[in-house]
Amino acid sequence: MKKTFLLLAVATFTTWQIAAAADITGVITLKGTPPAEADIGPKMTEASPDCAAMYDPAKMPTTHFYSVGAKGEFADVVVSLNVTGKSTGASAPPAVLDQKGCVYSPTIFAVQTGQKIIVKNSDPCVHNVHPKPTVAGNEESNQVQMSGGADLTFTFDKPEPFLKFQCDVHPWMFAWVTVVDSPYFSVSDKDGKFTIKNVPPGKYTIQAAHRKLGVQTAEVEVKDGNVTQDFTFEVK
Amino acid sequence: MNANAQKHSPWLFWFAVLTAVATLFLIGIGGLVTSHEAGMSVPDWPTTYGYNMFLFPISKWVGGVFYEHSHRLAASGVGLLTTILAVWLWLKDSRKWIHWLGVTAFLLVVAQGILGGLRVRWHMDSLGIFHGAVAQSFLVLLCLLALFTSRWWQNSETEKQIPVRRGLRSHVFFVTILIFVQLLVGATMRHQHAGLAIHDFPLAYGKIWPDTSAVAIAGYNAQRVSATSESNVTAFQIILQMVHRLVALLIFLGVAAGAWLALRRLGGQDPLTQIALFWLAVIFSQIALGAATIWSDKAADVATAHVLVGAIALVTGALWCAIAFRRSALTKIGGG
Repeated sequence: MKKTFLLLAVATFTTWQIAAAADITGVITLKGTPPAEADIGPKMTEASPDCAAMYDPAKMPTTHFYSVGAKGEFADVVVSLNVTGKSTGASAPPAVLDQKGCVYSPTIFAVQTGQKIIVKNSDPCVHNVHPKPTVAGNEESNQVQMSGGADLTFTFDKPEPFLKFQCDVHPWMFAWVTVVDSPYFSVSDKDGKFTIKNVPPGKYTIQAAHRKLGVQTAEVEVKDGNVTQDFTFEVK
Repeated sequence: MNANAQKHSPWLFWFAVLTAVATLFLIGIGGLVTSHEAGMSVPDWPTTYGYNMFLFPISKWVGGVFYEHSHRLAASGVGLLTTILAVWLWLKDSRKWIHWLGVTAFLLVVAQGILGGLRVRWHMDSLGIFHGAVAQSFLVLLCLLALFTSRWWQNSETEKQIPVRRGLRSHVFFVTILIFVQLLVGATMRHQHAGLAIHDFPLAYGKIWPDTSAVAIAGYNAQRVSATSESNVTAFQIILQMVHRLVALLIFLGVAAGAWLALRRLGGQDPLTQIALFWLAVIFSQIALGAATIWSDKAADVATAHVLVGAIALVTGALWCAIAFRRSALTKIGGG
C-alpha cells in the first residue's frame, strides 16, 4: 500500500513537472562596433586553390567572430542554465558539423555530454578533423576524412565551453562546440533570439557566452509560464 | 704540423658542410610548418595518410600537408646524411673523440625523428618545443663537426695565435647560452598556436609594458580578428613575448660588447674579430626580422626567416667559442 502510494506521488510530481515546464526565451543584442572580420580569401588562394575555386573571387569567405544584424541582433551566443548531471545526450539526435567550401558549418554550436557529433565532408578535397579539448576527460583526436569519405563521429563526456574543431590542412577552418551537461541550452540565431525549452520549475542561473566577449549571467525563476531574459553585450 | 695531426679529407669536410646546410634547410621547413600551423595536418606517423611516406602521391600535397610532408621527407634526407657522416667519421677520421661526436649526431637525429612523430601521435605541443630545441642543438653539433673536419681547424696549430682572454671567452659563451634560451622562448611562443600575442612594436598595446589585467586581456581579445590565429590571447603569452623582446635586447648588447672587446683585444684582422662582427650583423638582421614578423602580422615567410637567422646566430656563437677555447688550449700548450 505504501509502495503504491509512493509511486503515485512520484508519478504525480513528474506529471506536474512536465506540465509546469516552461520555455526561457530572450534576445541577445550587441552594442558598439565590432572589429572588421578577416578575409580568408588570400590565405585560401595561397594554400589551397581547390578551395578558392569554389567561390566567386568577389565573394570569398570571411571569419565569423561577430555575427551581428543591422539592429545589433547578436547570433552565435551560447545560452545555458547552471544544471549538471541531467544530460540526455545519449538518446538525443546527433548534431551535424559539415565541411563545405573549406569552411565549417555551423561554426558555433552546442551539444550535451554524450551526444554524438557527426562530421561530414561535403568538399571535393581531403580534411583532417582535429578536435582540441582542454578539459580532462574529453579526448583530443585527429582523423583524416577524404572527399566522399565516411562520416566521423565524436562524443565528449565532460562539459566544456567552446571546444575547438580545426582542420590543419586548411588553417583557417575552425568550429567551436560548447558541451553542456543538460538539455537546457540554446544558441542565438541571426535575429539574436534563443529559446531554452521545457525547463522544469525552479530557480536558475542563466549564462550567455560569446567566444570573444566572454560570459554574462542572470538569475531566473521558472514558475507558472514562460520566462524572458535578454542579454546585451558590448564591444569597447 | 704535429706528428699526430689528422690527415685532412676535403670530401669528408664538404660532406659535413652539406649535412649542416641540409639541417639548416630542414629547420627552415620546420619553421614553415609552424608558421602555417600545419604540424597536425598529417595525423599519422610514420605513414602519411596511410601511405609509405616516400610513395605519398604529389597530387595530395595540398594546404598544410605540403609543409608537413616536405618536412618529413627532408628530415629523412638529413637522417640519411647524418648516418653516412657518422660512419665516415668513424672509418676515416683518426680522432677518437670525433667518432663519438658522429655517433652522438646519429643518435640525436634518430631521437629527433621519433620526437617529431610522437608530437603528432600524442597531440603534445610541449613535445614540439622540445623538438625545436633538439633541432637547434643538432645544427650546432653538425656545424662543429664541419669545423673540426676543416683544413683550417686541423692546421691551425701552426698559425700564429693571439690568446683569447678568459673574460672574453666567458662573455661570448654566456651570450651564446642566452641565444639558446631565447630560441627556447621563441619555440614556446610558436607552439602556443596563438599567433601574435602583441600586435605592435616597439610599443606593446600602445605602452612600454602592456596591461595584463583580466579586463585588459578581455579587451584585447575582443579586437583580435585573424583568419588563422583564432585563439584568444592570455596574460602568459603576452608576458612571454615581452620576455622575448627583453632577452633580444640583452643579446644585442652582449653581442655588441663581444664584438667591441674582440676588436680591441684581438685586432681587426683576427678571424675571431671578424666572426664577432659577422655575429653582430646577424643579430641586427634578427632584430629587424623580429620587428618585421610583428609588422607583417606574422607572415609565414618572415617568421620562418626569423627562425633561420636565430639558428645562424646560435651557430655563430658556438663556432666562435669552439675556436676561442681551442686557441686558448693551444697557446697554453705552446707556452703562450
